Amino acid sequence: MSTGSASNPLVSDADEHIHEGHDHKPKGFLARWVYTTNHKDIGSLYLLFSFAMFLTGGAMAMVIRAELFQPGLQLLEPNFFNQMTTVHGLIMVFGAVMPAFVGLANWMIPVMIGAPDMALPRMNNWSFWILPFAFSLMLMTLFMEGGGPNFGWTFYAPLSTKYSPDSTALFVFAVHLMGISSIMGAINVIVTIVNLRAPGMTMMKLPLFVWTWLITAFLLIAVMPVLAGVVTMVLTDKYFGTSFFDAAGGGDPVMFQHIFWFFGHPEVYIMILPSFGIISAIVPTFSRKPLFGYASMVYATASIAGLSFLVWAHHMFTTGMPVAAELFFMYCTMLISIPTGVKVFNWVATMWRGSLTFEVPMLFAIAFIVLFTIGGFSGLMLAITPVDFQYHDTYFVVAHFHYVLVSGAIFSIMAASYYWLPKWTGYMYDEGLAKWHFWCSLISVNVLFFPMHFLGLAGMPRRIPDYALQFANVNAVVSLGGFAFGLSQLIFLVVVIKCMRGKGERAAAKPWEGAEGLEWEMPSPAPYHTHTTPPEIK
Amino acid sequence: MASSRRLVGGLCLVVFGMFGFGFALVPLYQVFCDLTGLNGKTSNIVNAQAQSSQGIDIERIVTVEFVTYISKGMQWQLTPKVEQLKVHPGQMYEMEFIATNLSAKDQVGQAVPSVSPGQGANYLNKTECFCFNQQPLAAGETATLPLRFFVDTELPQDISTLTLSYTLYELPQPQQKG
Ligand code: HEM
Ligand SMILES: [Cu+2]
Repeated sequence: MSTGSASNPLVSDADEHIHEGHDHKPKGFLARWVYTTNHKDIGSLYLLFSFAMFLTGGAMAMVIRAELFQPGLQLLEPNFFNQMTTVHGLIMVFGAVMPAFVGLANWMIPVMIGAPDMALPRMNNWSFWILPFAFSLMLMTLFMEGGGPNFGWTFYAPLSTKYSPDSTALFVFAVHLMGISSIMGAINVIVTIVNLRAPGMTMMKLPLFVWTWLITAFLLIAVMPVLAGVVTMVLTDKYFGTSFFDAAGGGDPVMFQHIFWFFGHPEVYIMILPSFGIISAIVPTFSRKPLFGYASMVYATASIAGLSFLVWAHHMFTTGMPVAAELFFMYCTMLISIPTGVKVFNWVATMWRGSLTFEVPMLFAIAFIVLFTIGGFSGLMLAITPVDFQYHDTYFVVAHFHYVLVSGAIFSIMAASYYWLPKWTGYMYDEGLAKWHFWCSLISVNVLFFPMHFLGLAGMPRRIPDYALQFANVNAVVSLGGFAFGLSQLIFLVVVIKCMRGKGERAAAKPWEGAEGLEWEMPSPAPYHTHTTPPEIK
Repeated sequence: MASSRRLVGGLCLVVFGMFGFGFALVPLYQVFCDLTGLNGKTSNIVNAQAQSSQGIDIERIVTVEFVTYISKGMQWQLTPKVEQLKVHPGQMYEMEFIATNLSAKDQVGQAVPSVSPGQGANYLNKTECFCFNQQPLAAGETATLPLRFFVDTELPQDISTLTLSYTLYELPQPQQKG
């Protein structure tokens, strides 16, 4: 993986130095951003879009927590509450986490493998510009008569067919568009990695972020079409008289859950595998040691991806499956924790006896390792079939998936942002503010999500606007944690804006002493065109 | 670039293949459930002779519960004469349901049965059931609907209660049987 040192500048980089200042950026807003086919521009667009969606979905979470601050119905009607939980989930999954990863892939993969751009630049432009339309369509439905989607992000039939609002067709089209966008993005990533590696960049020299994205991309093209299929069935059931999920016409609503989770479980790994790649880049840098067990990381990622197709029914333990099936899905689910554990041990072993420093990317990475592991443990508890009968559809599940998604996936995206912001903008972020952002987020995320475990164990159901009085105190604490976490993210917004506006120290080509990889061998900010001649890989 | 085009072509095939696979899951699921009875769907009418070939297991008592649901927006009532029966496997039982059309329209209904737990579905044998027929009812009319069933003696030992539920649906247009 190592590719020379600063004393050995790459030919192409020297070339770009000469060109700096007139690097052929298109002129004018339209030409630069709307018609762009430059992987760095598209990466930036993805990242900014996902940040906007993160704040939008976050605002909805604030609405939800405000209603749940006290028992009783205070602020919202139940139907609007349901729309908030549904759209919050959809936006965070499809609008915040997934596009952020695609943005990181666009920016970093070509740079890391020595390619001049993504393999299919025009398709790249399409796959981004579809997204704003998809999300406008979905957000619009909230203002329509009858309201927006209110059936949960999992849109179980018959909630999404027989009992859904009139706007459901728009929800279906929005999901179709998001799916098409992800599939195009995934195809682009695969073709880029397979065909555009610089000479000498063999598969087993790829940075792990590239490897994890390659595997994620295969998961995406395997399961996004299944999601497209299942929303199409919802559409025809509701509007065209088919009965895929309607028992009256010989269908079966439980089948919806099987098809949905056949997509849904691999989907949760789509949202975590790139994080594994990010953490595997950051931990060695700030430990000043090479990653422990590179090859085992690659195999662990691949086996997690493979196993993820065999565990979907752990979301359906209470639907009345026969014991043999319950056991099969229970054991397969537990099996996944083995390759996941391998990764956690590898990160810890990388840090072991390293000369650690705690810059903000590293702080987020360490928080990721600890908190993601907590989420993995609660996942293991949920995987035990008999106890899942108690935990299913309670706040325990909410605690579990927020630990793996917020303090997991989102923390890794923050770590990545701090790690590569100097490379993207050419300026160092404000270290003081960033530390504030980290510590506020770390404390509030735990105040927000840890007590949810206890609420769930005590029996508080998820997706309800009102609750029994004995849950009042804990919910008040959770809501306060929620508001604090929401406010903390505004600090991040300030940090990013300051960097983008060029307020701060100029970043060196390699701002992190222990960093390795091609991206650090070009100046900061990375020139508009990089690797126009393939770099030399050692 | 030619190799890119081949790769993109291959990946698109995977995408279309998986889209098709999503739909292929539907018949696969039906076949799987028919074979195993897992989704609680009961098998079709059973010949009454099937019962006489089994002895009656007087040692064993199984509770059969009856529940009914009316689908959304349909103004009918469907009530079992008794809520539950204690039965011996292998013995034939008769039951009646009362259906009333409370609406002001002539309508046709059809009841769809389902058995819980699903593993017991293939052991609840109906030799006569109103659920095999469409049921027209004029506005305000009431009818008595028969059910004859027996529980198979092979019913797994760990199942002691079977719940037979009927969901009543309205059929789109009244169809008169010629
Ligand atoms: C050791 C690894 C994991 C195990 C054993 C595990 C297990 C489970 C189980 C059994 C459930 C179903 C609980 C129920 O509904 O009763 C569940 C739900 C969930 N998990 Fe995990 N999980 C793991 C890791 C992850 C990761 C890495 C993610 C995402 C990044 C994730 C996201 C979710 C989500 C979103 C749900 C809830 C879906 C919903 O009903 O809305 N899990 N998990
Ligand atoms: Cu899962």
